Amino acid sequence: MDRIPILKMGDFLLVTIQVDMHDRLAVQLQDDLTARVSQTGARGVLMDISSLEIVDSFIGRMLANIAAMARVLAAQTVVVGMQPAVAITLVELGLTLPGVRTALNIEKGMALLNNSVAITLEPGSSHTRKDAGSPD
Amino acid sequence: MTATADSNISRILKSHEEPILDEWMRDQMASFRQGGRISERELRGQSTEFLNLLQVALQTGTDVQAPAFNRVRDMLGDLSRARALQGFSPAETAIFVFSLKRPLFERFRQELGNDVRALADANWAATELLDKLGLYTTEVYQKGREEVISRQQQELLELSTPVVKLWEGVLALPMIGTLDSARTQVVMESLLQRIVETGAEIAIIDITGVPTVDTLTAQHLIKTVTAARLMGADCIISGIRPQIAQTIVHLGVDLADVSTKATLADAFRLALGRTGQTVARLARGT
Amino acid sequence: MPVRRTETLLIRTSADIVAARQIVRTWCVDVAFSLVDQTKMVTAASELARNTLDYGGGGTLLLEQLDEGTRRGVRLTFDDKGPGIPDIDRALQDGYTSGNGLGLGLGGARRLVNDFRISSTVGGGTTVVITRWK
Repeated sequence: MDRIPILKMGDFLLVTIQVDMHDRLAVQLQDDLTARVSQTGARGVLMDISSLEIVDSFIGRMLANIAAMARVLAAQTVVVGMQPAVAITLVELGLTLPGVRTALNIEKGMALLNNSVAITLEPGSSHTRKDAGSPD
Repeated sequence: MTATADSNISRILKSHEEPILDEWMRDQMASFRQGGRISERELRGQSTEFLNLLQVALQTGTDVQAPAFNRVRDMLGDLSRARALQGFSPAETAIFVFSLKRPLFERFRQELGNDVRALADANWAATELLDKLGLYTTEVYQKGREEVISRQQQELLELSTPVVKLWEGVLALPMIGTLDSARTQVVMESLLQRIVETGAEIAIIDITGVPTVDTLTAQHLIKTVTAARLMGADCIISGIRPQIAQTIVHLGVDLADVSTKATLADAFRLALGRTGQTVARLARGT
Repeated sequence: MPVRRTETLLIRTSADIVAARQIVRTWCVDVAFSLVDQTKMVTAASELARNTLDYGGGGTLLLEQLDEGTRRGVRLTFDDKGPGIPDIDRALQDGYTSGNGLGLGLGGARRLVNDFRISSTVGGGTTVVITRWK
């Protein structure tokens, strides 16, 4: 079955959704992302939805779930590139995407993540990577 | 009843076509008070075409909405639009159809005069038919006017609420005049579009020039701010006059979540701050 | 109301929800809806198609293009023979944050369209008809 690719960009994971997802694909993405965040110890997840023309309640819940899951694994999620028509429709639907931060594009999304990560990484604080063999 | 009336109309129109056309032409030319707007030749062409199309359509009945009457309606639509451009009033254009009644009824009387019932039926069926067709020309005229108005409204809208780039990453939308629901929606959509195009993270919606706001409009403003946030930008509403502030409180609209500033200048200062910028006075001598 | 053309789609799997979105989009483009109106209609269709599948156990979507002379529109009828909705008023009120688990999204879908009709009987199924005009 086709899967949505997850790219690793340094400390972050980038997911670009370009297809009209059917439900199974969306659930698969959630599972895949959870596994990858856990594996890589990524500090942030960027979801690029600039090609997504429809976000209904199912997709909306998926995005919120991903953000919640990532937070449990100490990662921030930023959704970027939402189209105006989609934003207007979501507001009308009453869908608020709780716990999901947003940015206009990938560049700004990464800046947002970098700032957040920088704040949590003060000198002297410990920060372990799950896959790294380096001592604390 | 209708079947016989229909076939009578069709038959009589066909067999008396020439005299009907001539009389109809005479009546029409007589009704035009201003000469020269349409030549007799052009009018005869239109009248002949109408009669021909009508005859073909009548073969299947007198229902003007039926597909058989498509070409008749199309021709009348074109005629109505052309006449409007030539400066005719919608009433004058409708008379094109209505004035066909008299010569037609005259022929009905000649052919069906002995059969009172058949004459009455034919008169009624023809009246209904021509009334509907005449009214159709008026509808087409009306629709044409509405399209012009709609187009002008659109242009006015675009001209009156431009989205301007105040600074790097800061857009401003100065709104002037009364905001109605439709206008607000259009303007808000274009604001969101500009946010995407420019990558501006802050949009200042200035309503200094707006005298009053109703619930619907206030809700639209809030929806716009919410939508902008979903996209990754934010809005500041500035220029809220005391009266509008009162109205908003009165209406119970919740602005708790939305940044507001009294003046556009204050909003601009806030926007700069949020994007990590500031305005500083130059030292003397520089 | 003159119906210019119709088409029926079966909703039996989640792939059909995607198909429903795509065909509704095409119809909205044909009637020349603005992009925002298209998005609203397709999103509403997605919500209702999902309801038909998840809650109604599958059903049909009937698409109709309406032509009233002065205006054109698209009408969608979602029909299922599932358990039906016991309290329609409450279902229409429920938002996504109410947490009642049903997540019907009916109230939201209603706000996205010009005309919204619903009829449902317990044990007899549900029919939802939505219309959007240009």
